[in-house]
Amino acid sequence: MNWFNLVQTAIFLSALLLLVKPLGIYMALVYEGKPAGLNVWLAPVERWIYRLSFIKPDMSMSWKTYAAAVMLFNIIGIIVVYALQRLQAYLFLNPMSIPAVPPDLAFNTAVSFATNTNWQSYGGETTLSYLTQMLALTVQNFVSAATGMAILAALIRGFVQKQVETIGNFWVDLVRSTIYVLIPLALILSLILVSQGVVQTFKSSAKVALLQPTKDADGKIISEQTLALGPAASQVAIKQLGTNGGGFFNVNSAHPYENPTALSNFLETLAILLIPAALCYTFGFMVRDRRQGWAILAAMLIIFIPCLLSCIYFEQKGNPLFDRLGVDQNATALQPGGNMEGKEARFGVTSSAVWATATTAASNGSVNSMHDSYMPLGGLIPMWLMQLGEVIFGGVGSGLYGMIAFVIIAVFIAGLMIGRTPEYLGKKIESYEMKMASLMILIPPILVLVGTAVSVVLPQAKQAIFNPGTHGFSEILYAFSSTANNNGSAFAGLSTNNFFYNLTLGLVMFFARYWLVIPILAIAGSLSRKKVVPATQGTLPTHTPLFILFLVMVVLIVGALTFFPALALGPIVEHLMLGGG
Amino acid sequence: MSKSQKAKSLFEPSIVWPAIIDSMKKLDPRHQIKNPVMFVVLIGSILTTGLWLQALLGYGEAPAGFILAVSLWLWFTLLFANFSEAMAEGRGKAQAASLRRVRRDTPAKKLLKPKYGSTYETVSATTLRKGDVVLVEAGDFIPMDGEIIDGVASVDESAITGESAPVIRESGGDRSAVTGGTRVLSDWLVVRISANPGQTFLDHMIAMVEGAKRQKTPNEIALSILLAVFTLIFLLATVTLLPFSIYSVTTSGHGNPVTVTVLVALLVCLIPTTIGGLLPAIGIAGMDRMIQANVVAASGRAVEAAGDVDVLLLDKTGTITLGNRQAVDFIPAWGLTVESLADAAQLASLSDETPEGRSIVVLAKEKYRIRERHILELNAKFIPFTAQTRMSGVDLGDGRQIRKGAVEAIEAYVNKLGGSFPEDLKSTIESISKSGGTPLVVAEQTRVLGVIHLKDIVKGGIRERFAELRRMGIKTVMITGDNHLTAAAIAAEAGMDDFLAQATPETKLKLIREMQAGGRLVAMTGDGTNDAPALAQADVAVAMNTGTQAAKEAGNLVDLDSNPTKLIEIVKIGKQLLMTRGSLTTFSIANDVSKYFAIIPAAFVSTYPALATLNIMRLATPASAVLSAVIFNAIIIIFLIPLALRGVPYKPKPANSLLRNNLLVYGLGGIIAPFIGIKLIDMILVVLHLV
Repeated sequence: MNWFNLVQTAIFLSALLLLVKPLGIYMALVYEGKPAGLNVWLAPVERWIYRLSFIKPDMSMSWKTYAAAVMLFNIIGIIVVYALQRLQAYLFLNPMSIPAVPPDLAFNTAVSFATNTNWQSYGGETTLSYLTQMLALTVQNFVSAATGMAILAALIRGFVQKQVETIGNFWVDLVRSTIYVLIPLALILSLILVSQGVVQTFKSSAKVALLQPTKDADGKIISEQTLALGPAASQVAIKQLGTNGGGFFNVNSAHPYENPTALSNFLETLAILLIPAALCYTFGFMVRDRRQGWAILAAMLIIFIPCLLSCIYFEQKGNPLFDRLGVDQNATALQPGGNMEGKEARFGVTSSAVWATATTAASNGSVNSMHDSYMPLGGLIPMWLMQLGEVIFGGVGSGLYGMIAFVIIAVFIAGLMIGRTPEYLGKKIESYEMKMASLMILIPPILVLVGTAVSVVLPQAKQAIFNPGTHGFSEILYAFSSTANNNGSAFAGLSTNNFFYNLTLGLVMFFARYWLVIPILAIAGSLSRKKVVPATQGTLPTHTPLFILFLVMVVLIVGALTFFPALALGPIVEHLMLGGG
Repeated sequence: MSKSQKAKSLFEPSIVWPAIIDSMKKLDPRHQIKNPVMFVVLIGSILTTGLWLQALLGYGEAPAGFILAVSLWLWFTLLFANFSEAMAEGRGKAQAASLRRVRRDTPAKKLLKPKYGSTYETVSATTLRKGDVVLVEAGDFIPMDGEIIDGVASVDESAITGESAPVIRESGGDRSAVTGGTRVLSDWLVVRISANPGQTFLDHMIAMVEGAKRQKTPNEIALSILLAVFTLIFLLATVTLLPFSIYSVTTSGHGNPVTVTVLVALLVCLIPTTIGGLLPAIGIAGMDRMIQANVVAASGRAVEAAGDVDVLLLDKTGTITLGNRQAVDFIPAWGLTVESLADAAQLASLSDETPEGRSIVVLAKEKYRIRERHILELNAKFIPFTAQTRMSGVDLGDGRQIRKGAVEAIEAYVNKLGGSFPEDLKSTIESISKSGGTPLVVAEQTRVLGVIHLKDIVKGGIRERFAELRRMGIKTVMITGDNHLTAAAIAAEAGMDDFLAQATPETKLKLIREMQAGGRLVAMTGDGTNDAPALAQADVAVAMNTGTQAAKEAGNLVDLDSNPTKLIEIVKIGKQLLMTRGSLTTFSIANDVSKYFAIIPAAFVSTYPALATLNIMRLATPASAVLSAVIFNAIIIIFLIPLALRGVPYKPKPANSLLRNNLLVYGLGGIIAPFIGIKLIDMILVVLHLV
């Protein structure tokens, strides 16, 4: 590590923290239906959407109706994305005449985008038409993110309301998240990205003559290259902001047309954490105790920052095997140093590691470097951040509601330890909430562990591993950690575009998303019905450093205890075998 | 009973031996299934026993000795957990047995007509039904719970309360309830039976201490869910290790896949067996501590709710203040001496047998040396207090007429006789009222002599107890029939947070409902029949044992000592119960860190020798590492039985510092302790050449 690593990290975090408060307040006002500028000017549009789709915005829903609306909307979304992929050959905006996507891949992709995972078994520029990219994927990038935010808004209402049966209207939360938060932010970001050179065009790919012709494997001379183009900027902006992560091009934001400059890289990294971090403030604002929002954000940062620094440390330290060969891996004026395999020369170690940590802490999954090529422990960090349940920032909305499930568990244990029936924000936490919160922390580990176990046993699954041994194990573990937590980043090195993985990973993504949505809405409904208990001296304050640390410990202990054996057989043993202690 | 005596009796042989036998009986799967954590251990124990038999036949996956050792310690884990439960139950049973001796089949004198002096037939107590009327005379046992309808007697209730001093029971009022199994020492009582056999207070107490009616409390259910989830997570983490291990062996080409024995050992070490095993014992011991404090709980739920109380409603009289007001000062009207006022006041009170009247006589004697005179010597006529006149007094033989009474009553009396109320006394009266006292005006015909200052005497030490409650986060509210001013002054003197003046049963009920609607959990103590509706509404209602049957039925806790400040003990016991569960849960989960470092390297070192680096405790061999972890896991249960039975100590402190202390002890301690314990066991195993 050098001072450059630290300064860059500090600038990134400061920029993030500066934006948390203004955006957080803005979103809170949007969800509370209070004037916040944009939602006044665009109010006619909102009303027009409701009238056109027969939505009664004043009708508040019970949690069950709310959950049914979420499921209905998402399942229709999956069907539409599936249909567009299967039919793209017959539809317009397909200048490259790309054929229909095979059924298993179309299923996987449809689930992947509806669940805000954006796991990509396909290569974007060669598999999907522009229409599919825009109408299926970009639309899902917006609405899958808006779904997560809507559910969070409903949960927050559960804490705020007193003895009420309903938790708000899903359609209203969905529309407001989309038109007042996601679209404006995406618009601003995509314009800046275009200014930096990110492409935005309907033209088919360009053919460019090579400056230096080369030969292919058969000895044929190749004198021109194909440069993939397309409407990338609009999709890149939302895939960063909405913790989607599905790149327009196969190599995602490592591609120079998705992420050309240092500034575009900085903004895209910032965009990953922007909304999840600001939502913490929104939470505090809406429950009328901003300290609670800061407390959760602090807990996230307490886990995030050490992970970030370790990742930079292990990558900057380089490969011990190279050290033995006498290769200079130190950072100098001429070279960034460290482990540069799989990293873009224009980003270097720090920008790559910051991105890798941010994209896995949040359930974004976009990449600007190849995580498969990280050092074992450098790669362990992104994997472990996902295994913690995507609650360190996590997905937009989903990260915070996942974290609140952990808060409920932490409050319960802490409440017992001080001899009081636990309460959080004045709401008593009883066995029903515990049941639901337990389901939420239980489901992702089940999916990760069972999925990995099945895949290391079945022959057709094992065939897909390019690097057998501990690294191959890490690749499978990473794939399931990513999909079971709706992250979507890949360790690569595992060819997942086959029937087995398309199906299993598709199912894993589906259950990981929706099996969590139902319990959290059930909690929202149950909390809504409760009275608010006034705080006394005997009430455990949940904004103190002590409670924040306790929450961090609960998240870490659950995450570490669940995955330690698996990690020991993957990255940890790989690290030990490298001898790079 | 002193504390050291209690501590000694924790492992009393008369409880330990039956508990050992019981812990064997509790291995029954039908019993174990109620506790998912321990049920997993049972399955693991059976599985490893099977593997051991297989190894004996020569098909073992590991040396038979190793499998046997692991298997035995798994069985011990189960037995230790059962033992803790049996110990807690045993203590209850011992108490129940002594209570049962009280419930003897006594002959009862069943009256044919419900009045004293009617003829009776002698029947067995078990044939009595609700509504029957019996006569109990000196030396008789009261056959069943009932309500006194006639008579007054001294009753020995030591069998129930442990208090040897007899108590007075009489018909009417708040001391009319009697309990079956107690004995009348003097006089006689006519009692209407109020419970059928099997439903008496004593039956209830026996059932409670035996744990027969024990149901899981809400927090216990929530905790069980959490423990089940942890069990499931660890089950998955260990079960999936088998395919992971097989894959690793295939790709690396060395070592053997992890054995089922080691996986079972790892699983049992990881699942929260410490809290899972001790959970039933903690609950039973909590009830037991209530009994030790001489409180009978209607359910475990009431005990748990006690820990959550936010507001405590207390009756002023008898709880906050000594039973009665006392005269503390004489303030004469202008131009009169204090002695003449004291003399008149004493004369007016000579025949007044109320405690207030007595205190006036005593004050005049002690402060102004006015000798007590006998009313007959003075040829005086006592005028008793009536609701109409609202004053009492005396007509002396020499024609003097002295009256004392409330301000308005005396003013009316004086005015009627043509006198007037002196203005200078008005301010005195006001200042007495403001200070929480009661002014009693003394007048002789048309002349007002002065004012007697009656005052409520706040009990010694009560202020400190309320301060303690405040530190627990509990608000205290005083309930009194007094007017606002008096109530405010007493509440301030006693250090209470709030008060309800001029309380009626309706306003009490309303106050409780309002507080509950505001999300507060309300506790109250009461003894009278007019307290019953409020007791029934309160979340935690402590009825005094001396109280009426109605109050006892409305309460969910009965205090045998009839001590109104007992609620503080009750709250402490409720909190202790939750804290013990929470602390041991944290301890149990924190323990897992060290167990991973013991078992993971041991399990996979043959496949990946590099993993030996993770063996940070430097345990001797893979076998000793696994065995040490399993042994530690079993033994820690035994070590924690005293803590589970006695409870984690509770001190009133703000929530944050309580959490900090408990996290340091049980969280940090839970991480560190097993590293030391496992290492020690490993060293012992090596020294004994067991591995």
